[in-house]
Amino acid sequence: MHRFLLAVLRRDLTLAARRRGDWLIAQFFFVMVASLFPLGVGPEPEMLARIGPGVLWVAATLASLLSLTRLFADDHHDGSLEHMVLSPEPTVLLVLGKSIAHWLIYGVPLLLIAPVLGIQFHLSWEAIMVLELSLLLGTPILSLLGSVGAALTLGLRGGGVLLTLLILPLYIPALIFGAGAVDGVMAGTGAEAHLSLLGAFMVLSLMIAPWIAAAALRVSLE
Amino acid sequence: MPDALLSVHDLACARGERLLFKGMNFGLGKGELLLVQGGNGQGKTSLLRLLTGLARPEEGEVRWRGESIRRVGEAYHGEMCYLGHANGVKDDLNPVENLRFADGMHGRAFDQTRAVATLERLGLSRCLDLPCRVLSFGQRRRVALAALLLAGATLWILDEPLTGLDVHAVVLMEGLIRNHLTAGGMVVATTHQALNLDGVAVQRLLVGNVAIPALM
Repeated sequence: MHRFLLAVLRRDLTLAARRRGDWLIAQFFFVMVASLFPLGVGPEPEMLARIGPGVLWVAATLASLLSLTRLFADDHHDGSLEHMVLSPEPTVLLVLGKSIAHWLIYGVPLLLIAPVLGIQFHLSWEAIMVLELSLLLGTPILSLLGSVGAALTLGLRGGGVLLTLLILPLYIPALIFGAGAVDGVMAGTGAEAHLSLLGAFMVLSLMIAPWIAAAALRVSLE
Repeated sequence: MPDALLSVHDLACARGERLLFKGMNFGLGKGELLLVQGGNGQGKTSLLRLLTGLARPEEGEVRWRGESIRRVGEAYHGEMCYLGHANGVKDDLNPVENLRFADGMHGRAFDQTRAVATLERLGLSRCLDLPCRVLSFGQRRRVALAALLLAGATLWILDEPLTGLDVHAVVLMEGLIRNHLTAGGMVVATTHQALNLDGVAVQRLLVGNVAIPALM
């Protein structure tokens, strides 16, 4: 069972390594969106620190959406998705493996870039640490819930736009608790409550999302 | 159909509102070939997708070793290999890597020498380290056929396996099918091309109501 999971992971990571252009686009998008806000709202440090956590979280959700449309689409296009669904292992594991791979490819780099952008928004070190923690707990949610949307919109014309409309509302809890944790630590009320809820939401997504995505995938492939 | 491994019972298939066929019954045992014939749009591919379990029938069921494939699910997938219109070959990987991941997906240990030997047997010895992106359509089809051979499945479900293959590859394919059948394997295939399969038990199934001239 775990061998299959590892095979899916290794496969997706190898393919991502072969197509570094696609991989970089999502990271550049994250940096660009986050960098546009200081230019738009002006350089006052207090204002930037106030909006910083929210802006970084919104940019992270948008960057993950950008890559999610192709989570299953490429494999569907060349027929390898059907081969993987017809493997002797459960489809749930396939979806789980692809979600984890998506997080490693697109989520983890955000964790590395976020501190730099945090400095740009005049966040304190303490706030940046909490931002990292909230992204660490929150970015897996984006990949897991995103897999449901990607499976549902597979093979549809204009699937990308539909995916955005379907999935963004589901990201709202992650966004509220994620940005709320950083706000909390800046306001001095502490981040524990927000981070606990975010962690609970991540565990919930991990338990439920792969099953729904697997069912959606089977329907989309029919 | 007492010794049929794969059997179909009162199968009906619809695409949207349109009923493609209903009340279909057949059985297929070890060493038998089923050629599915019919014009374009008559439901050949739909039938094959029902047999793989990718699609659900409108009515009736497909059984493997007497049990519905819905129930045996993954055990059935371990004994079946499907080759559809798309090859399932990743453009960014070379043929050997493609086979390695195909083996990984099916929980088999990868045997590099065997994979290379199979690719060479299929005439791909000069393409082993090229990404499949630069291979021709027919060569990519051969990579998919190599994956089929390495899968070691009992039942092959082949949708137009000869598309894009040259005459040599067609002869090779006929040999592979014959070997597979004599080794006790089973094949369900659709094709518009004539297949030279002397000495093989061939069942024919006409899907749809458009009469077509005999192929062989």
